[in-house]
Amino acid sequence: MENLLVAENIYKRFGNFTALNNVSINIPKQSIFGLLGPNGAGKTTLLRIINQITMPDEGKVYLDGRALHPNDVAHIGYLPEERGLYKSMKVGEQALYLARLKGLSKSEAKERLRYWFKKFEMEGWWNKKIQELSKGMAQKVQFVITVLHRPKLLIFDEPFSGFDPVNANLIKDEILQLKEEGATILFSTHRMESVEELCDYIALIHRSNKLLDGKVSEIKKEYKSNTYEVGIDADDETSLHRDLENRFAIAPAKFKSIQDDLKLTIKLKDNETSNDLLRYLMPRARVNHFVEVIPSVNDIFIKTVTQNA
Amino acid sequence: MRNLRLIINREYLARVRNKTFIIMTFLSPLIFVGMIILIAYLSMLNSTEQKIIGIYDESEIFVAEFKDAEQVQYLDYSKKSLAEARKEVLENEYFGLIHISELDKETGKPEVEFLGKDSPGFGTVENIEKTISDKLTRDQLIAKGIDISEIDKAKASIDVEIQNFSGEQSSKMSNYIKMFFGGAAGYLLMMFIIIYGNMVMRSVIEEKTNRIIEIIVSSVKPFQLLLGKVLGTSLAGITQFTVWIILGTVLLLGVSSFLGIDPAQAQTPASAAINGAAQPEINQLVIDIMKLPYASLLSFFVIYFLGGYFLYSAIYAAIGAAVDSETDTQQFMFPIILPLILGIYVGFFSVVENPHGTVSTIFSIIPLTSPIVMLMRIPFGVPWWEIAISISILIATNFGVLWISAKIYRVGILMYGKKPTYKELFKWLKY
Repeated sequence: MENLLVAENIYKRFGNFTALNNVSINIPKQSIFGLLGPNGAGKTTLLRIINQITMPDEGKVYLDGRALHPNDVAHIGYLPEERGLYKSMKVGEQALYLARLKGLSKSEAKERLRYWFKKFEMEGWWNKKIQELSKGMAQKVQFVITVLHRPKLLIFDEPFSGFDPVNANLIKDEILQLKEEGATILFSTHRMESVEELCDYIALIHRSNKLLDGKVSEIKKEYKSNTYEVGIDADDETSLHRDLENRFAIAPAKFKSIQDDLKLTIKLKDNETSNDLLRYLMPRARVNHFVEVIPSVNDIFIKTVTQNA
Repeated sequence: MRNLRLIINREYLARVRNKTFIIMTFLSPLIFVGMIILIAYLSMLNSTEQKIIGIYDESEIFVAEFKDAEQVQYLDYSKKSLAEARKEVLENEYFGLIHISELDKETGKPEVEFLGKDSPGFGTVENIEKTISDKLTRDQLIAKGIDISEIDKAKASIDVEIQNFSGEQSSKMSNYIKMFFGGAAGYLLMMFIIIYGNMVMRSVIEEKTNRIIEIIVSSVKPFQLLLGKVLGTSLAGITQFTVWIILGTVLLLGVSSFLGIDPAQAQTPASAAINGAAQPEINQLVIDIMKLPYASLLSFFVIYFLGGYFLYSAIYAAIGAAVDSETDTQQFMFPIILPLILGIYVGFFSVVENPHGTVSTIFSIIPLTSPIVMLMRIPFGVPWWEIAISISILIATNFGVLWISAKIYRVGILMYGKKPTYKELFKWLKY
């Protein structure tokens, strides 16, 4: 798949502190790309470099196959982690100003703003000052401003932090819809639930280094440990348990089921498959529950970060 | 360029729509004119009030020397006793009582006391001293057998007529006028720099604390934002200045026609007191005021205002970017205020003393003080090449300072938390 954005071997130092150490990422077109990492890992610095707010010491960024150019700001929409607007400026005027800075004409910006204001039910806000709005309302305005110029690449720094659950959901749905409409989305977060739900690709940055990147499904395949979660019923559970213990590496498991059965996680050897396990279990017990244990992004995140600590 | 225009536009509107700005713009000329009227009224009040001063002269040598004048009347109490004199002055609420003792045998001088509820003004005291010492001097000269009339004849009054080499005459007063105009221009410039520099700084801090800065710099270069901010604010300054000039002129004309004063005849009390013989000098004064090179004064004011304003507001912007809140700016304000104050001091002491002396000349070339000092010197006539050097250095410094400020600004606007030290600011230049 073609990449919309490529960052190659980015280095950035602030004095003696290295914020990014040889970080490269590739973001395929029309995908949602999650940039993960603990606080202070260098995520925001990388986003700022892509936004041309900060210049990298070394390395190059390409958008659509061409080296990033100052005019490309018109193709990028950025919602920074620390959000804010001019407090004493009117909502409409402010949105127009910021949209025009991104290259929209006045009439174009006005028309699109009307559409979004209607969609988000904020029609009455045009002449209100930001300081008269609640925080959640201001965040809606901010989101509209970010997407108004229909950028190819949308960058959200911690998009769900600070949004109340209702607005967070609204934003999530909008992100998914924007992707459907052809936008590519890059967002940084340390909240794993949203990654699980939204991301097609991820990159993990820890202490200025990229530890891991790729397609979420492939990373999960790589990190799975050939472990299965089973719920089984047998006449003599204690002897079955003993047999299993001798044959496999097992551990007690917890999951919800209506059966009062034996719940275990069973780790297979590398050369064994799920069929081998089933073949072993079927003559000995009734199999009520059989699931491969797939690591969550959270597990992968914690595992990778602690490994490299 | 399109974005720069958008930014200038926004910054200009943000300043001009500000309530304080509107109030200041329209109220200041009113306050200014009101003050002038108040001062004129008060001084009129003051001068119509007649002071009554009693004199108790033990030797009765001096009492005849105190002549009643428009503002003061003297009452002779020498025939009565001191206690009586005191009582009467107190009861009638007169301004005070001058007590002159007998002449001292050894020194030949009397002791003089002034008794009063309020302490007398400087002028009053000086007048008393002069009257007594003049009389005493004359008496002593006569006692030594010197003919007073000969001395009076020998006294010469010299009036220096000032002419420049092109033969234009000017009065002594004209130097005061030049001082006044130069001083006013320099002072106004300093006020403008401080007020508008602060506006720029506050606006930078506002964007930083509002956190909108990151959104804006994702659309435009920080330098563009800095430039747009400084330019937009300067336009607001020019707007305010223009409104002041127009409103001030209209108000002054309105008030003077209302009070029935012909501006050409408006004179200071001092000059009003001068009798007909001095009339040519007053005419000369009016001519001098008319003759001041207003066009060049105004254009140099605009040039130095812009040069000085850009220089200082770039520094103000860098300071705004370096800190998180206005309270943190204090430690950085000193280096800004210092040269401004220095410029004013050099202007009011050195330039007034010697407009073309070494100190004045040097400070009118150093870019941080040149706008103020040079403006004060210009009414006295400065060679064109000195102005050219001063302006060129000012412009060159502007570029240098803008470059440094832009670097600090670029890093500072994205830095939050700890208040930076000068050392850290220096490091930012290399980021």
